[in-house]
Amino acid sequence: MRNAFCSTLVGFAAKPDFVFLTGDLGFQALEPLREEMGGRFINAGVAEQNMVSVAAGLGKSGLRPWVYSIAPFLYARAFEQIRNDVCLHGIPVVLVGNGGGYGYGVMGGTHHALEDYGVLLSLPSIRAYLPAFDSDVSEIIRHLMETEHPAYLRLGISEQPAWLTPPPFAAWRHLMHGTGPTVAIAGPLAGGILDALHESGISADVWLVSELPIQALPPAFVSNVQRSQYLMVIEEHVRAGSFGQMLAHQLLLAGTAPGRFIHRTALGYVSGRYGSQRFHRAECGLDPASIVNELTGVTVS
Amino acid sequence: MRLTPELLLKARLRLLRMHYESKVGHIGGNLSCLDILMTVYHEALGSLDQFVLSKGHSAGALYVTLWSLGLLSDADLTSFHKDGTRLSGHPPPRSIPEIPFGTGSLGHGLGLAAGLALGKKLKGEGGRLFCLTSDGEWNEGSNWEALTFIRHHRLNITLIVDLNGLQGFGNTCDIADLRPLAAKFRAFRLETLEVVGHDVPSLAEALGHASQGPLAVVATTKKGHGVSFMEDLFEWHYLPLSSESYRQAVRQVTSLCATHSAVLS
Repeated sequence: MRNAFCSTLVGFAAKPDFVFLTGDLGFQALEPLREEMGGRFINAGVAEQNMVSVAAGLGKSGLRPWVYSIAPFLYARAFEQIRNDVCLHGIPVVLVGNGGGYGYGVMGGTHHALEDYGVLLSLPSIRAYLPAFDSDVSEIIRHLMETEHPAYLRLGISEQPAWLTPPPFAAWRHLMHGTGPTVAIAGPLAGGILDALHESGISADVWLVSELPIQALPPAFVSNVQRSQYLMVIEEHVRAGSFGQMLAHQLLLAGTAPGRFIHRTALGYVSGRYGSQRFHRAECGLDPASIVNELTGVTVS
Repeated sequence: MRLTPELLLKARLRLLRMHYESKVGHIGGNLSCLDILMTVYHEALGSLDQFVLSKGHSAGALYVTLWSLGLLSDADLTSFHKDGTRLSGHPPPRSIPEIPFGTGSLGHGLGLAAGLALGKKLKGEGGRLFCLTSDGEWNEGSNWEALTFIRHHRLNITLIVDLNGLQGFGNTCDIADLRPLAAKFRAFRLETLEVVGHDVPSLAEALGHASQGPLAVVATTKKGHGVSFMEDLFEWHYLPLSSESYRQAVRQVTSLCATHSAVLS
């Protein structure tokens, strides 16, 4: 997604209020943006706390700052600056975290973003965007260039199946219609799971969620949960502050709790060993094979 | 000078009254920087300039300074620290137009001022940022990040340090000794001036110093300035005023003003 991210932003490079700050990251990805933006592309150095405060000041000046780093270096290192300087003031700063979930793989735990949107969505006025496919990135960027609230953009790697033409970006998208269990997935791991479900012949009803917090549950989703009485939620994020918790809360408030609720999440470092994103997902039961295995043979009323 | 001794005395007495009536502490650090804030607002700030208070625990001195300019009302000050007030114990985000940022956790203001200054630079606007930090606040790593940034980008910021030598739980030199702070700023290649933070004419001259790029003004002050039983005692970082100590403080600052009138006028 980083290339889609950069090429879309290059299209906005001439926008006079657009300012891009990076925490000294972007090698072999953001060079074209740097070329196009000139003085409005700022390498703020390895100093994320100051970078976020500076972005708040730029936003207060009427400019539209975007701040980029490896996800945890931004949301974890500069959390207080995000909380006090950006969110308490409701300044439209866009925080871009690369490497959502286990995206940095064998680089290790310091580089993983397993609690990012849970942490950030505890703050006022911020919204989180989780593109699943490369085509989502450009639509989200166009949207975020105009929004009046702080935002977090979690970049990962698109796993769009060859057979799928994704519907236009929306907070909720109904990607696969089925008569079996209801499945709600947040983030780009949806692509691989969708592909495996497609192959398996399981008649799952699959929804993709790409914007949090949940503003309203789509009526068709609620009907589907009522029909199947079986909901599986999948996300590359720890349970605390997760999409699954938000969704369960919303369903309870709506009086539509399903009979079965399965929640697959990031579990940290199960074996204490490190590997690729695929390795960590498999350890957490987030890989397509584990999901298909869980759903095989599930009968719904 | 627009800032007369009478106006300074009026502000100092109003600050004491506000803290006394609201039964809140932080009076020591407010008295150490009131002269600085009054000088910034009455002598230095131009129409395109902006000010960021990084030492948010001196909100009282900022509120009184804004009051001295007619930007906050007497009723506003009377509500200080009370339920339903706009004037929280540290500057609030959003609710007072003249205060661009809510601050209180230390080590944020200089980065915020850097963003405002960079915004001016990118938009080709004139004007300068003034930012007041405490000295204990230089324990914060984020300040040193911001210092590097403002020098590297040669931003038009005047950084003022209220060097009162005391912080929340002791003397700054006993906790994490940063002396000599002015030399450290110079080592970061900032033009740095050192003044007495209660010598208003010298302060005004330093704040008006023509500088292209960042300027540091290290202002030596006394915590609890003007009140003998508070001066240089760190407990006045926190203690509220009793009725007796309030009356004594009023007598002392009034007499101090009479002594300084000749110098200022």
